[in-house]
Amino acid sequence: MTPIRPRGSPAALIEHRKLIANIERRAFLRGTASLGALTLLTDCDISNERALQAALHAMSGWNDRVQAFLFNPRRLAPTYSDADVTIPPRFNAYYAIKEVKPVDGATWRLELAGLIGNKQPWTKEALYALPQETQITRHICVEGWDYIGKWSGVRLRLFLERIGADKTAKYVAFKCADKYWGSIDMPAALHPQTILATHYAGQPIGDAYGFPVRLKTPLKLGFKQPKWIYAIEVSNTYTGGYWEDGGYNWFSGV
Amino acid sequence: MATQTEPASGQLIPVHSRFVRVTHWLNAAAIIVMIGSGWRIYNNVPVFHWLTFPEWATLGGDPEITYKLNKDVGFSNALLWHFAFMWLFLINGAVALGGGLLSGRLRRKWLPISVAELIHDVREALSFRLAHDDITLYNAVQKLLYIGVVLAMIVMLASGLAIWKPVQFQWLTWLFYDFQGARLVHFLGMSAIALFLLVHVTLAVLVPQTIVAMTTGSIRAAAPADEPIEEPAEVSVEAPADAPAEPLTDAAADIPAGTPAEAAAGARIDAPHAAEAGEQL
Repeated sequence: MTPIRPRGSPAALIEHRKLIANIERRAFLRGTASLGALTLLTDCDISNERALQAALHAMSGWNDRVQAFLFNPRRLAPTYSDADVTIPPRFNAYYAIKEVKPVDGATWRLELAGLIGNKQPWTKEALYALPQETQITRHICVEGWDYIGKWSGVRLRLFLERIGADKTAKYVAFKCADKYWGSIDMPAALHPQTILATHYAGQPIGDAYGFPVRLKTPLKLGFKQPKWIYAIEVSNTYTGGYWEDGGYNWFSGV
Repeated sequence: MATQTEPASGQLIPVHSRFVRVTHWLNAAAIIVMIGSGWRIYNNVPVFHWLTFPEWATLGGDPEITYKLNKDVGFSNALLWHFAFMWLFLINGAVALGGGLLSGRLRRKWLPISVAELIHDVREALSFRLAHDDITLYNAVQKLLYIGVVLAMIVMLASGLAIWKPVQFQWLTWLFYDFQGARLVHFLGMSAIALFLLVHVTLAVLVPQTIVAMTTGSIRAAAPADEPIEEPAEVSVEAPADAPAEPLTDAAADIPAGTPAEAAAGARIDAPHAAEAGEQL
């Protein structure tokens, strides 16, 4: 296991689930709609509120499929020049930068799970010794901001091949030292611009930006690119993600 | 809703086909949801730091409840609404525009716009004297606004796709310079549509027959010409207080393309025109 990060206690989650269910029953619609103009919806009963929520999520699932259809594995994201690069990269997490808990690179191991031939954990040195790829691409956040960054690391495809992963599996999932988690579709994972980034602008990636390794892909929104990764799992089971479980679209390709 | 007519003369006159009414109100619903959810999404990272939208006017849920549910104050809900209703906006818009163009109705109703007519009507409109007696015919200002708002909606679709897929549709994003350029255009297009809505809804409320026509499809004929004509006087309610005289002649003179006979008929609907009546978007 990683030095920092035991998985969150399921007991706590179950306790919360009851609370959440109560909130849902009381005010699910207010959870989704409060626009004054939609007054016609305020009479809806609880089952209608649930139906509305279910309908919106069903549309999000439909949008996942549309986006998978639109994705062209051979289309490359635009690249930029060194002059465009923002240094340091923009910090982003579900907490403030001063709350970052640095990962100890000496004891860190990259754990592997699921449909993978060789699940031997990787040390930082071994991961950093793999062939490096550099890209200068645009990072786009679901919130609407963006910046151009220069990222280096090993292609995820090469890494997956090296560990004997089943490339026909549906998902590649990531667990992070800050209790964040996420998953992406296999076609995006195999795209040449999807890398396990270990360096930014020629320097080792900093503590605040995902050290020792983060996912970097210009084909997905920023929240689809987990930082401080300590485990990778290849599977056919949907595992969602930190923000996705709160309603953000899972595919979130750009 | 009651029609403001004398019961005796009330013969039903078709104005908007079912196709036009259904696509109009579906589009209205799509636009309201897109703007409401779009404002919530915008508020997260405003394009202009000095402008955010009041939360009550946005769609995405009560921030406290959504925070408990989703660890987020409603942006994910707003995105769910936005990317669900974009399909209604897209499909309904394509059907409405395709149908209107193929049938030739939009061309007949919205074209031609003569420059002289436009100048005249803009002047009248700015002095609040622009007549709208026959709601089956559009004046030049209306034609220009309807064409303009359709173009704005097409720009919204293009800039929205450029924001949604800046890699897969990178040529489209490039047309808007870059990702932030597409966001800016998306904001400006929304502003244009919101301004249109303000004018459109205000005028519809001032001439309530248009709402009746867009909902039921028809209106009741006004009083015959030999009875006292009230509609033109009502229209001239929009006139400023300093120009109150002779409402009837004013209103009659304000019908730009009308024959003297049509002008004299005032609010009466000209049946041949009504038969081929299109819609007001």
